[in-house]
Amino acid sequence: MSYTQILYPRLRELLDQGAQLVEVLPPAEYDEVHLPGAISIPLKTLDAESTATLDRARAVVVYCWDGL
Amino acid sequence: MSPRAACRLDTLGFKEVYDYMPSKADWMARGLPLEGEKAGEPRAIDIARTDVVTCGLQDTIWAVHDRVTQSPYGFAFVLGPGDVLLGRLRRAPLEDNPDAKAQDVMETGPSTTRPDIPPDKVLAKLQHADLTTAVLTDPEGRLLGIVRRSDLSSRTT
Repeated sequence: MSYTQILYPRLRELLDQGAQLVEVLPPAEYDEVHLPGAISIPLKTLDAESTATLDRARAVVVYCWDGL
Repeated sequence: MSPRAACRLDTLGFKEVYDYMPSKADWMARGLPLEGEKAGEPRAIDIARTDVVTCGLQDTIWAVHDRVTQSPYGFAFVLGPGDVLLGRLRRAPLEDNPDAKAQDVMETGPSTTRPDIPPDKVLAKLQHADLTTAVLTDPEGRLLGIVRRSDLSSRTT
């Protein structure tokens, strides 16, 4: 595993440093509520094409509903 | 779901990937801002009062007494390290034990409510338990504020 699991305090730091926030839930759940500034890339569509808009030079933080 | 997403991003060549494990549920439970179609729906945190009296475990009752007497709520919350809510001091014990420390006379473990609960559900909870005040804390137990039953009742009438 080469990604890092984090809790809220680290998330706060990363956001302050300009990290990109990605919600991977289905679009309907994103449309209802999402974290400020997050973009929607549902897990089922997560591939090279859908992530092409992400800046590879910056950190990426993903989240879902409760991590499960 | 997010661990799989993080793993997939890793396989796609992203060099700095993080999985915010507790995810949206955790963010909402902190009463933090949201965006989206339902972001404007009322939450308990939106009507919370934050002017409640607080003190530390080692504070003496005499040091808290006057502030509680002048407070509209008639109690104080006892906070531990990191502002974690550990207890409540009601007015009555404050009259009898001026030299006692807060931790010796506090009621431990006050019941708490998540800040993202809709106000109507908080009201139902308070009515069911015959309580006047809901105490809002974040997932670490830090005090965020209180919601009074009277405030909730006036919203629905």
